[in-house]
Amino acid sequence: MVERELVIVGGGPAGMAAAITADENGVKDILLLERDQYLGGILNQCIHPGFGLDYFNEVLTGPEYADRFIKKIKNIPEIEISLKTFAVKLTQDKIITYIKPGTMESIKAKAVIMATGCRERTREMVHVAGTRPSGVYSAGLAQKLINIEGLLPGKKIVIVGSGDIGLIMARRFVLEGAKVEAVIEVEKQPSGLVRNVVQCLEDFDIPLFCGHRVSGIFGQDRVEKVCVVQVDDMLNDLPETCFEINCDTVLFSVGLIQENELIEMAGVKINKKTNTTDVPGMFVCGNAFKIYDLADTVTEDSSIAGIQAAEYLERLI
Amino acid sequence: MNKKIICIECPQGCDLMLDIQDGKLVSVIGNKCAKGEAYAAAEIQNPMRILTSTVLAENMSFKMVPVKTSKPIPKAKIKEAMKAIKKIRLNRIVLIGDVIAENLLGLEVNLIATRDC
Amino acid sequence: MKSFDVIIIGGGVVGTAIARELSKYKIRIGLLEKETELAFGVSKSNSGIIHPGTQNPANSLKGKLCVQGNLLTRRIAKELGIDFQEVGELIVAFNEEERLRLLQLKKEGEILGVPRLNIVDQEWLKKHEPNLSLKIVAALHAPTAGIISPYRMAYDLSENAVKNGVEIFTSAKVENIKATPVENIGREFAFEINTSTKMFKSKYIVNAAGLFADEIAGMMGIDDFKITPRKGEEFLLDKKRENITNHLIFPLPSKTSKGVLVIKTSDGNPMIGPTAEDVTDKKDVSTSDEGLQKVLFSVKRLVPSIKGEDIIAYFAGLRPVSGDDFIIRHEESVPGCITVAGIQSPGLSAAPAIAAMVKDLLKATGLRLRRKLFFQKHRNKTTHLFAQPLWKTKKTIQEDADFGDIVCRCEMVSAKEVKEAIKRGAKTLDGIKFRTRAGAGRCHGGFCTTKLMKILSQETGKPLTKITKRGPGTEMIKKDRADG
Repeated sequence: MVERELVIVGGGPAGMAAAITADENGVKDILLLERDQYLGGILNQCIHPGFGLDYFNEVLTGPEYADRFIKKIKNIPEIEISLKTFAVKLTQDKIITYIKPGTMESIKAKAVIMATGCRERTREMVHVAGTRPSGVYSAGLAQKLINIEGLLPGKKIVIVGSGDIGLIMARRFVLEGAKVEAVIEVEKQPSGLVRNVVQCLEDFDIPLFCGHRVSGIFGQDRVEKVCVVQVDDMLNDLPETCFEINCDTVLFSVGLIQENELIEMAGVKINKKTNTTDVPGMFVCGNAFKIYDLADTVTEDSSIAGIQAAEYLERLI
Repeated sequence: MNKKIICIECPQGCDLMLDIQDGKLVSVIGNKCAKGEAYAAAEIQNPMRILTSTVLAENMSFKMVPVKTSKPIPKAKIKEAMKAIKKIRLNRIVLIGDVIAENLLGLEVNLIATRDC
Repeated sequence: MKSFDVIIIGGGVVGTAIARELSKYKIRIGLLEKETELAFGVSKSNSGIIHPGTQNPANSLKGKLCVQGNLLTRRIAKELGIDFQEVGELIVAFNEEERLRLLQLKKEGEILGVPRLNIVDQEWLKKHEPNLSLKIVAALHAPTAGIISPYRMAYDLSENAVKNGVEIFTSAKVENIKATPVENIGREFAFEINTSTKMFKSKYIVNAAGLFADEIAGMMGIDDFKITPRKGEEFLLDKKRENITNHLIFPLPSKTSKGVLVIKTSDGNPMIGPTAEDVTDKKDVSTSDEGLQKVLFSVKRLVPSIKGEDIIAYFAGLRPVSGDDFIIRHEESVPGCITVAGIQSPGLSAAPAIAAMVKDLLKATGLRLRRKLFFQKHRNKTTHLFAQPLWKTKKTIQEDADFGDIVCRCEMVSAKEVKEAIKRGAKTLDGIKFRTRAGAGRCHGGFCTTKLMKILSQETGKPLTKITKRGPGTEMIKKDRADG
């Protein structure tokens, strides 16, 4: 079996930052696995500004922020990038099995950094009742459809949840010519950043209903309407407040969850306070470690994982 | 007249209290940095926003090229700017920072690519 | 106008099983399905249980055909390369009174011919089902219960039927039927069938139209039965909970249903449900907050560690109920018409036996059935990466690089599998999902939907704006920037 010094799973902001700092701290052999055909992860579809203020002290869009790291990595000979590469298994012995077109390989790593990111919580996770018509999307999927594929999934939109992606998509839909009927947030306060409430909703007169939930989605083939109901402090429905909104699309922006199934399947436990795990030499960073608000913070924290991996490898010698 | 607004210059989102006399900004409190003051002034006179969107590329490996305005543009011009952006067709390889459209709507702002495509 | 010896109306698991059974003989067979794809009606919400035959009334068609079907399903699964797992089921008792009912069920099952039934005690349960509630005192163990994928069963049956000459017409909704009395049944065309797309004529009709069997029957003047939809809400758990039970877990049955179950599925995700609620609308497949609460409450009684957070998907299906038993008969008033109605549970289990019974009914009415010399009974097993060990996947990818192009990360489905599904008849995203599992996992298509849409568009030549979830009206996209 091929042995590698450091294998990093995930080529988004976390994996790239970890790779760069690991290199800066003396790791001579780094393999970076990315499942997509480009580095940059979710930043590629985040075409809005708001990145880099902390880290670069300038306002950048997601692709621009990613580009700085991509260009840097491509100039580091010690980092080997493997694209379209999907890690399917991880063991406690730090053996990683991955699939790419034409091949499946297992390699043994001395150190591993898992930077597999996160996924969006879905309608199913928040248990919204009703039918299952076409027109129900996660905010991130809608973002990808519009920004990467140039496809507009709907024209009359209701957004469930006021996470940052949902707010940003509200503005994006309006810019593309759709109407955003409302953003519905079950908590008393929006969950996204205030600046996004201002520049994405208020700028475009999009109504925000806090303390409300969508209690049902209806429509036979395509979404036709949602039912909205106010909730009390205990989040119980106040049935007499129920009202309907006609729409053809429902977007869910109800939070993110770490995507670390590989770590779980390996029976590895993540140390909640640091980027380490109960397996020496195995680290976790970025959204796979915890859900971050800002990519800049992901970069900063993931750099630490890169240093930790470098120090671990140094101690092995 | 007093007006409360939220600064959107950075993720901190400061609550600003503006004192406005005759349509002019007299003072700002609540801002944690100088950007807040400039933002407040602009919000009263002519709110400005950076606009980001995508431009259609024809027969290229990327279908959509992400773009942004090189500087903030008046909020009131956003709709018009989007119309212009949607009309653009690209049929060449672009690099990050390349100018996609010069002097957009005569606003002395360029539209630039935000990714190598 | 297309003419056939037999036209089967309804492309669910029953219709496709009949089509495949009849394709063994030298007759011309057509199958009409109103939806865009097969198995998009009742079958798609089936829970995939191959029942052993218990919990059926004595002397019922249900009981007889279920026991037979359980055996036949195994053979068909082998012939068609469908995964069938004999996981066994446990009907549990919480007290002495319920334990006595188990004994009764056992006796009834044995009369129906259900093999190897045995009562197991708490100690056995602790060893074999450690997650079961400690309050359960005993269970009736039916080792011959199994699981299968209901839609893959329908698709593979139909594929094999087509290979043996059956013609399938999807998006062909029957609008009216003209039944003319003929002197020689089986010789003359007694039926003219008008669909939304084409006209057909046939000598025989097999009405396997599921929820709409009464409406089809009504078109021929048969009005002595009605189909009442009985809604069942089902909830799928994350694959991580695959081994939460080792058997199918049943409470004691009630009058209207087998109760809320913990179901193992051949896809890996355990399923909990279903509810049972009579509804009037044959299109009402909405789920409710109450349904979820009820199902969670009921299954926690069986397996206390099941949590609401484990749920990754839910849906509702409608059982086509008509009285207590299946209705499978030749209509004397409309010679040449075979009714196959009221096929609710255990319809999937019974499907192959129903098919055999329909064949016998047709024969009895005069249809000449001569076996084909070259009936192709085998079908090459479809490759699913999720269903095979990694060492095998390595080989699979070496043989065809496209298997290494993973599109659905939650369920590990490759571009090759998706393209293969499209070749085999998938026309929609749901069709791809049912065949391959792409988009059926915990992210609910958040990551793979765009890739699937693009593959579907490339393979079928349809523009992205025409790609649907499950047929016309369910388009995914309102506007493409490229269209200006």
